Amino acid sequence: MTVTLEPAVQVQGDRVSLLRVLGPAHVWALGVGIVLVGEFTGWNFAADKGGALAALIVCWIVGLLYTSVAMIDSEVTSTVAAAGGQYAQAKHIVGPLMAFNVALFLVFAYTMLEVSDAILLGDTIVAKAGVEGLNHNSFIAATIVVLAWLNYRGVLMTLNVNFVITAIAYVSIVILFFSVSPWTQGAVLKLNELVTPGNALPYGWIGVIAAFQFGIWYYLGIEGTTQAAEEVRSPARSLPYGTMAGMITLLIAAAMTWYVCASLMPWEYLGITYYPLWDAGKLTGSPLLENLLFIATLLAALASANGCINDAARAWFSLGRDRYLPTWFSAVHPKYRTPYRSILFLLPIALAFAFIADLNQAITFSILSGVLQYTFMSINIIMFRKKWPLGSIRRGYTHPFHPLPAIVLFCLCVVTFFAIFLGFGSQLIAMVAFYFLISLWFHFYRYRFVRRGAQFTMPWPKPQGY
Amino acid sequence: MWVALSYACWGISIVLALWMLYDWFKIDTTFSEDVLTSSREGELEAVSEKHRI
Repeated sequence: MTVTLEPAVQVQGDRVSLLRVLGPAHVWALGVGIVLVGEFTGWNFAADKGGALAALIVCWIVGLLYTSVAMIDSEVTSTVAAAGGQYAQAKHIVGPLMAFNVALFLVFAYTMLEVSDAILLGDTIVAKAGVEGLNHNSFIAATIVVLAWLNYRGVLMTLNVNFVITAIAYVSIVILFFSVSPWTQGAVLKLNELVTPGNALPYGWIGVIAAFQFGIWYYLGIEGTTQAAEEVRSPARSLPYGTMAGMITLLIAAAMTWYVCASLMPWEYLGITYYPLWDAGKLTGSPLLENLLFIATLLAALASANGCINDAARAWFSLGRDRYLPTWFSAVHPKYRTPYRSILFLLPIALAFAFIADLNQAITFSILSGVLQYTFMSINIIMFRKKWPLGSIRRGYTHPFHPLPAIVLFCLCVVTFFAIFLGFGSQLIAMVAFYFLISLWFHFYRYRFVRRGAQFTMPWPKPQGY
Repeated sequence: MWVALSYACWGISIVLALWMLYDWFKIDTTFSEDVLTSSREGELEAVSEKHRI
């Protein structure tokens, strides 16, 4: 049967599903697009916690955490290629309650990051304008609504736009790096004067631990690539390729960003500014670089919010499709092939948080949900390899040195939780209490609506030991 | 200029939000709920991946 709305809309056989139109470049754009804003603001607060050297140490150690995340995610997602990403992984490997929690981690992490991006964009424009009485709310509203509209209209255009604006923002970091003669100290850069043995670690090693909380910003969100699993043409190839390429890109960007900023600003200022790269552009004395970094800050915030809307909507959509939430949320737009109701449902929530929350609160909730999700991933991969050992099912990618990345990931998550507890202990406890209560609701009420057999869709053999 | 840009942002937001609401209404009244919620996880994988090693 064919239902026809207009010439471009045809629904074959009464089925409407997401479209497989994406390639590895879109996966890269989704992952790096979400993350790159962290180079333009956020990572530098690590310098406030532990000094400039601490910001560099966590850049590499948290880089190790995220490399583990990217490797583990690539292996599991190249096998469980479904919208919802880590939610679908948890459902098949751990169980429904874990999956429900993981989906909520995803929705919270991405929605709060989207809110933070919109606030950052609004504040950046207001700071540039310097007009008394100018409010950031109009810019926040435009960011969230325009990007939601873009997501509503189709994933291909959404991620094409993300690819272009992410590439421009990334190239601006490269241009800044080469414009300050990085091979010559003393001409523009003064690293040896600004970072000395006396001030490199002003609070000692506890400062390095505390800096973990903000070191997360260097890479927060790279795991979002997996949300595109149901829309990429070849998940087993595109997802590992796009995710690993994204991680390499980000490691390079993080190193360049730290080097330029730490060589231009004292750690006391670097640790409190909201615009480290824009400030670095100003400090070079070049109006061209200053304006380029201003525009790049806006584009990075836009790319991040755009990717977050895409990912949060797909996680919410997946919950509806499995009846973990009302099936109403699992509707797919018959023309644009997007989870349009989930996009529209999350839109006013993001707007409300963006108007009432401040940047620190929003990003702390995002980071907390993200780290909870990474902790799950370390356990998930151990269970995955145990239940379906190598050779029992086809994997698009097999990550090396198992179980070392899982152990490293788990240990670094524990350290990060401790660091968050030092800075935002009450928020951490409130968040854990929230997830505990919502789990009770799911277990005792909502799970009765779930079609228990239908939710497991992967054509795998029975797991070992079952 | 910045104040004008601020008003333009409000205008664009309202227009796009209204367009999405209109399209949502149009789609929901044109198609049945069964069609709109017919997406199933893993359908393509079930066809293309046999997992026989």
